[in-house]
Amino acid sequence: MKLYCLSGHPTLPCNVLKFKSTTIMLDCGLDMTSTLNFLPLPLVQSPRLSNLPGWSLKDGNAFLDKELKECSGHVFVDSVPEFCLPETELIDLSTVDVILISNYHCMMALPYITEHTGFTGTVYATEPTVQIGRLLMEELVNFIERVPKAQSASLWKNKDIQRLLPSPLKDAVEVSTWRRCYTMQEVNSALSKIQLVGYSQKIELFGAVQVTPLSSGYALGSSNWIIQSHYEKVSYVSGSSLLTTHPQPMDQASLKNSDVLVLTGLTQIPTANPDGMVGEFCSNLALTVRNGGNVLVPCYPSGVIYDLLECLYQYIDSAGLSSIPFYFISPVANSSLEFSQIFAEWLCHNKQTKVYLPEPPFPHAELIQTNKLKHYPSIHGDFSNDFRQPCVVFTGHPSLRFGDVVHFMELWGKSSLNTVIFTEPDFSYLEALAPYQPLAMKCIYCPIDTRLNFIQVSKLLKEVQPLHVVCPEQYTQPPPAQSHRMDLMIDCQPPAMSYRRAEVLALPFKRRYEKIEIMPELADSLVPMEIKPGISLATVSAVLHTKDNKHVLQPPPRPAQPAGGKKRKRASEEVPDCKVVKPLLSGSIPVEQFVQTLEKHGFSDIKVEDTAKGHIVLLQEAETLIQIEEDSTHIICDNDEMLRVRLRDLVLKFLQKF
Amino acid sequence: MPEIRVTPLGAGQDVGRSCILVSIGGKNVMLDCGMHMGFSDDRRFPDFSYITRHGRLTDFLDCVIISHFHLDHCGALPYFSEMVGYDGPIYMTQPTQAICPILLEDYRKIAVDKKGEANFFTSQMIKDCMKKAVAVHLHQTVQVDDELEIKAYYAGHVLGAAMFQIKVGSESVVYTGDYNMTPDRHLGAAWIDKCRPNLLITESTYATTIRDSKRCRERDFLKKVHETVERGGKVLIPVFALGRAQELCILLETFWERMDLKAPIYFSTGLTEKANHYYKLFIPWTNQKIRKTFVQRNMFEFKHIKAFDRAFADSPGPMVVFATPGMLHAGQSLQIFRKWAGNEKNMVIMPGYCVQGTVGHKILSGQRKLELEGRQVLEVKMQVEYMSFSAHADAKGIMQLVGQAEPENVLLVHGEAKKMEFLKQKIEQEFRISCYMPANGETVTLPTSPSIPVGISLGLLKREMAQGLLPDAKKARLLHGTLIMKDNNFRLVSSEQALKELGLAEHQLRFTCRVHLHDPRKEQETAMRVYSHLKSVLKDHCVQHLPDGSVTVESILIQAAAHSEDPGTKVLLVSWTYQDEELGSCLTSLLKKGLPQAP
Repeated sequence: MKLYCLSGHPTLPCNVLKFKSTTIMLDCGLDMTSTLNFLPLPLVQSPRLSNLPGWSLKDGNAFLDKELKECSGHVFVDSVPEFCLPETELIDLSTVDVILISNYHCMMALPYITEHTGFTGTVYATEPTVQIGRLLMEELVNFIERVPKAQSASLWKNKDIQRLLPSPLKDAVEVSTWRRCYTMQEVNSALSKIQLVGYSQKIELFGAVQVTPLSSGYALGSSNWIIQSHYEKVSYVSGSSLLTTHPQPMDQASLKNSDVLVLTGLTQIPTANPDGMVGEFCSNLALTVRNGGNVLVPCYPSGVIYDLLECLYQYIDSAGLSSIPFYFISPVANSSLEFSQIFAEWLCHNKQTKVYLPEPPFPHAELIQTNKLKHYPSIHGDFSNDFRQPCVVFTGHPSLRFGDVVHFMELWGKSSLNTVIFTEPDFSYLEALAPYQPLAMKCIYCPIDTRLNFIQVSKLLKEVQPLHVVCPEQYTQPPPAQSHRMDLMIDCQPPAMSYRRAEVLALPFKRRYEKIEIMPELADSLVPMEIKPGISLATVSAVLHTKDNKHVLQPPPRPAQPAGGKKRKRASEEVPDCKVVKPLLSGSIPVEQFVQTLEKHGFSDIKVEDTAKGHIVLLQEAETLIQIEEDSTHIICDNDEMLRVRLRDLVLKFLQKF
Repeated sequence: MPEIRVTPLGAGQDVGRSCILVSIGGKNVMLDCGMHMGFSDDRRFPDFSYITRHGRLTDFLDCVIISHFHLDHCGALPYFSEMVGYDGPIYMTQPTQAICPILLEDYRKIAVDKKGEANFFTSQMIKDCMKKAVAVHLHQTVQVDDELEIKAYYAGHVLGAAMFQIKVGSESVVYTGDYNMTPDRHLGAAWIDKCRPNLLITESTYATTIRDSKRCRERDFLKKVHETVERGGKVLIPVFALGRAQELCILLETFWERMDLKAPIYFSTGLTEKANHYYKLFIPWTNQKIRKTFVQRNMFEFKHIKAFDRAFADSPGPMVVFATPGMLHAGQSLQIFRKWAGNEKNMVIMPGYCVQGTVGHKILSGQRKLELEGRQVLEVKMQVEYMSFSAHADAKGIMQLVGQAEPENVLLVHGEAKKMEFLKQKIEQEFRISCYMPANGETVTLPTSPSIPVGISLGLLKREMAQGLLPDAKKARLLHGTLIMKDNNFRLVSSEQALKELGLAEHQLRFTCRVHLHDPRKEQETAMRVYSHLKSVLKDHCVQHLPDGSVTVESILIQAAAHSEDPGTKVLLVSWTYQDEELGSCLTSLLKKGLPQAP
């Protein structure tokens, strides 16, 4: 069993597991932090951005200044933004049988894999994962296609040039594999390969392996996966949460008794407490608005935003914000809000009971109804008519490199009355802000990451007791910035096996057994005997049938009836060509009883001699000698087949067959 | 011998009061717990005393499964759980769990408030009963206990309707509940995988009907409604609040919009708004088209259909009214029917099945003079139309489902005996499997022969698979091993491993036979002759002449020795172990015949 690690990003994993005869890809994460190296794509012509000075090498060679621009001491690529794909060379991806998706954030690389590698398999995901994943992809494609950019920079990627560039460009990895965003057509084609599954659904793969999604508690429809055969179990834990937010709680019990547990998607901000961050978010928001400023919340169109809106729903009136407009701007804002209300079955108990009333599970329905929350596909159109300040705007993309958020950064950045509040943990906020510097606007960092922290992980591991843990290398040492925090790493026994991008791990797995079915007719013919108290044995001689990776034992065929006449004669002369396997024997022969038995069967003149290791039984009349020792019996006789067979059967009576 | 036993307490050769007991692998499951619309005495509920005379139901039943929210499938549930007494789990899908209590409450109100029945279940009992309900998601495998598992499949029919697979070990039963094999305006088609159950229990409401295409029926329906409204008549459509009503509303709504009609459409009872709300929240359970477009336009937000007020029934002019209940057996639909029945301009359209004893059934069977309570006679002059919109599979659909699931046996419920008979023959002929149709209280017993799963050591399996891939299937190789049974753990291992695991030593049984040969030559030469003889005879075996003068055939050792008394005779010692018994025995008889004369 092997694990091919195609992504180095611990929360956006992409691993391939070879298990029995199947090849299973676990998640398909797309590392978008690469876009931080690019200039933002403004929706409206931005003089500031277009007038940034070009950057050239110290030798005065100016050929790079078309591709690279400088802003407040940082260098950016002026080009269509590009993403860092999972490794595609480590393993032939056309051999992947299935892809298991754990949550909508971990499927963003799907079109690259399903459309361009010869992949012909099936993708499994839950319905909310697919629907919201589709929205995230749609938004991404829309953000990028809306602002066509002619330039696609590539000179800077040349290895000899890249190493001369300033950080962080110099240190960017795998730049040659960075790709532009996919198209909507590719998204649709990729999504059409998905088969919907429900929690605790058992899905058979080729009769060899069974996979099952389990609720992971992190997002709508998010799952962990069990990959098991009858005797081996691998748990794949990705993006799980134990906090009570909107999704169904995490199913921990089903992870028990795993041989291997692959652990990915832990919190990216282990030192921040999500509850505290939400409080800070609300108070900073209220403070800014009261002072007449605007609040910008860069966010994804689904996920934490539902929880934030719910908090605000409770907070607005008490904080005296009921007259302040809240805007949610995204090409998929409406769909996201609508979809969130129809997935009752995937929500926490509290929200599920609402639909019995029947009421929409999320209170943002009421915010919309009372006109407190308004949503728009973009800043163009209706929004420009309705726009009032001060206000609160939720919009994407959290990288600040594309989407409507770029416009608000340019619009509000110069005033210290305004605040941008970072809640999404995927991008370093300082790097995200770099191309907007110098900035007068206040910046608040309230990352809300509900995924497991290290304390929760160690508790979980104690609870479910996997034999081995496999995780990204980042989790086996403290974060580089907090190298003294030994508590910010995975602590388990035996120590976790770690992987990094482009590595192949042999998992410590020894398969010993396989399931086989004994047909009822065969089972009936078995004669069990008790060897030790509680342990019985039966020898089995049967025909093995294997089809679709399922094994069945059937009764042996009846010996063919000897056909008449000539044939019979020949048959008796023929040497057996098909070797009939005789069982092994065990036990020992008590001499006295054996002699009694011989006498009973008409043998007389029996003499017993003792030897060093046992006895010799002499049948003087038949000139036969039987050597009996602890672990062996030797019958030496004349060529009298009848006699030999009689003696053989008497000996066998005392022995057990295996 | 293990067996599966099925006893219908209701819905055996009958429609209504669905309730079927299944015993499988030592587990007892009750499928549905319905009431009968045709009765208002004891017979309206299944006879639960059949299940156990003395013990508690909870001890006897491992679980109860409700297929969908129609009262003939769940109407007896509060009576069963709260009045007879059952505290175990009741499984149903989430929409069923949401809508079921509303219909039960409706039913209770009509029975108690309108008919004045005493000793009926109370509102509190409905609530307490629903607390025992456990939601099941589609395709989720629910582990009821260590051995019993159930799984729901989409059934169409009504919102949240499901078919259930009940499985213990390798034995399984599928119960379809009510289902529909063709998608309609708001629901998708039933679907099941090739799960090959031992038994498929299917409804058979339309066992003999092959319905024409849905489009035709819809056109027909719209034409009739349109004509009646055009000539100023009123149209009454008795429906159940949830289900068919929504489909017909979508149909009329789009038609009204297209034709720009002005006649009002009403929906009776306060439930409308609420009912439609359930549909909005359970969009994933509707058909693909609605799921795809719901963000732009939620199909369950109607513009033309308004709430009905009792007073409207007497207003002049044309109108269309959807009123509950669907079989005209009580409530508002019956009231309106009474008011409008006398006018031949009006029309009543029955869009679903009506059980015997209901007014709906009477007028559909052509009765035009109805006796009402108080000896009143109501003359029915209005037009009576029947349109099969009820979402049951027709004969073709049932055959299709049997084909999909590939069961070993089929059992028919929820249909009329005569029609079942026809379908039974058809199934037996076409699929060559047994088909049963027990009456209520009658038990069908199916012996099963489950295979026994054991663990085979990978070493043994691989060894066999490597050798076993013979092209000739007739010469099947025998796998030989030892089955170790310890507690409930069964493992098949090679004999060597079994001995080793149990700490036992092998006992070697060896035979040595003396074969006398007339041969005056030296022993070495005799051995040489034996060697060349065997070499030529045993072409398929490995025959070797060893340096020490002995001859081996496979692992059988042959040595030549001088006879102690007769120098013209040599003694061949043939020695083999028990494992080589066949070959050894064969060799001795071969050698006994002597060697061919030397050339």
